[in-house]
Amino acid sequence: MMQRFPALAGFILFAAVMLIAIPLLLAGQGYWLTVLTTAALLAFGSIGVWLTFAIGRINIAQGAFALIGGYVVAILCTRYHTSFWIALPLSVLAAMLVATLVGWPILRLRGVYFAMITLSLTEVASLAFLNGGSFTEGASGITSIPRPALLSSSLAIYIASALLLLIGIVVAWRFAVSPAGAVFRSLRQGEELAASLGINIARYRLLAFIASSGMGGAAGAMFAAFQQNIFPTSYTVNDSVNFMLYCFLGGLQSVAGPVVGAFLLVIAFQLLSAIQRFQALLYGIFMIAAMLFLPNGLMSLPQLLLARRDRRADAVPPR
Amino acid sequence: MAQILIDGCVLAASYALIALGITLIFSIMRLLNFAHGELFMIGAFMVYYVYGAWHLPFAVGLLVAALVPALIGAGFEKFLFRRVMRIATREENTMLLAVGTAILLDNVALFLFGEEQHGVPETISGVLQIEGGFLPYQRLLVVVMSLVLIALLLLFVQYSRPGRAMRALAQDRDAALLMGVDVDRTSMLGFAIGAGLAGLAGGLLVTIQGVNAGIGVDISIKAFIMIMIGGAGVVSGALLGALVLGFAESVGYALLPGSETYLLIFVALVLFLIVRPQGIMGHPWG
Repeated sequence: MMQRFPALAGFILFAAVMLIAIPLLLAGQGYWLTVLTTAALLAFGSIGVWLTFAIGRINIAQGAFALIGGYVVAILCTRYHTSFWIALPLSVLAAMLVATLVGWPILRLRGVYFAMITLSLTEVASLAFLNGGSFTEGASGITSIPRPALLSSSLAIYIASALLLLIGIVVAWRFAVSPAGAVFRSLRQGEELAASLGINIARYRLLAFIASSGMGGAAGAMFAAFQQNIFPTSYTVNDSVNFMLYCFLGGLQSVAGPVVGAFLLVIAFQLLSAIQRFQALLYGIFMIAAMLFLPNGLMSLPQLLLARRDRRADAVPPR
Repeated sequence: MAQILIDGCVLAASYALIALGITLIFSIMRLLNFAHGELFMIGAFMVYYVYGAWHLPFAVGLLVAALVPALIGAGFEKFLFRRVMRIATREENTMLLAVGTAILLDNVALFLFGEEQHGVPETISGVLQIEGGFLPYQRLLVVVMSLVLIALLLLFVQYSRPGRAMRALAQDRDAALLMGVDVDRTSMLGFAIGAGLAGLAGGLLVTIQGVNAGIGVDISIKAFIMIMIGGAGVVSGALLGALVLGFAESVGYALLPGSETYLLIFVALVLFLIVRPQGIMGHPWG
């Protein structure tokens, strides 16, 4: 409970920076607004993956749901001239519907089996859109998606993305401290035990997966509107893995983990433009290094340093 | 019809090498080797360079294709997985490490080998005709080599001393340790052999399909599909999975255009997993 107050302060600070400081400082800087929009949307998608981590499932399917969300917006907005603000909730619904149909059977799998099938799912989503004929335009993708009403400037899109992320953080955070959040954690520690206490584990894990996929769909829909195009290769297995990497680099203990992970990696690579060529390679190295030296993520660093200081203090008792 | 059967046999035999390699690593270390497809790709490139570009004998190419991935696998086990398995607090950690090694190899390969598709010249020419189907000698060679390698591996695991140690480790790691099995060395050997098999499969298949630096993920997904069909960590399951996938692919490519085959294979897989989540030969949960 002690930890909730610094967490709240941290969130308020983050919200103030996102909604007040950045728009004031960077209003004219289209490039940096684009970078921050990307970071916010990726962080939002990662929170979804974090939710499935919370029930003890390794979800490598987020790219598939981002693709679904993106294509729903692309098809509705270009072909049927639907308003983006109607297409966005529809894209979330579509992602959740697919998650329900696919999730019900595959959530019975655990551990490596679940990881394998979700990874295949990302590949299959890409194949499905590639083979969609004139409906999805195949490999050439759907381009020149109109800019949504009210979101014609980079600043407006940035603010919409930042708001989406902040709402996502609050909802996920409220959820984590709620009784349902405790049920989720109990699923991670032992499904049999949770089931023996009368918890309907199938329903809870499906709920987590649907919520996660809905967030992936929303992120994909926003990206499609923001980049104004979508291709079957817009999200590959690597993107699904990256969503997971953001969670792990930040840490799985709190919802701040995926946000910290996504912002840190996205911004760091923009600052170090010289090494952008090696981005994917460095992602691989980061992942290995994190597992070797920081298995609980960056957010565990303060605790780790404190523990080390305490140990040192114990080792040399003061005279 | 005969052609579909022939193609299915060729695919099944070489896929069996991939599935056996990943199964070996999984059963010994309880680790899903996400980098398996990348090791396959490296093996394929070794044959491309040694045999295709430098014109050394094909056998030398195959040897290098087995050794280089085996060394990479042994190095991964010794320097990365051993430590993480010791300190890991969640079971996800080792799997994410495996994902990291896959990303690493993928990108190193992209820098070293470039993006183009490469092929190698045939090692033997000529075509055998069976019942109206065509079987090029090249493919026959791949089938025969794969079957020989599978037999050798099964004999090694069944009768040799290190093979017995591996089986002991797969059954019960703690008990194997208590019985004096050198767990570290056996794990490293198992990882090396599994990776070497992936490399050999790549070295054999490059003569038919060619290679590019991007095939790693596709091959890993094929390996995953096979062990999901057959059951993770079971040798008979790996062979069955390879048989099913090989024939599903050859039938699919004969009847359907392009990439729709995999769409259907995946749908069938999900339906199958509803009925039998542990695969054909797998244990209910392990």
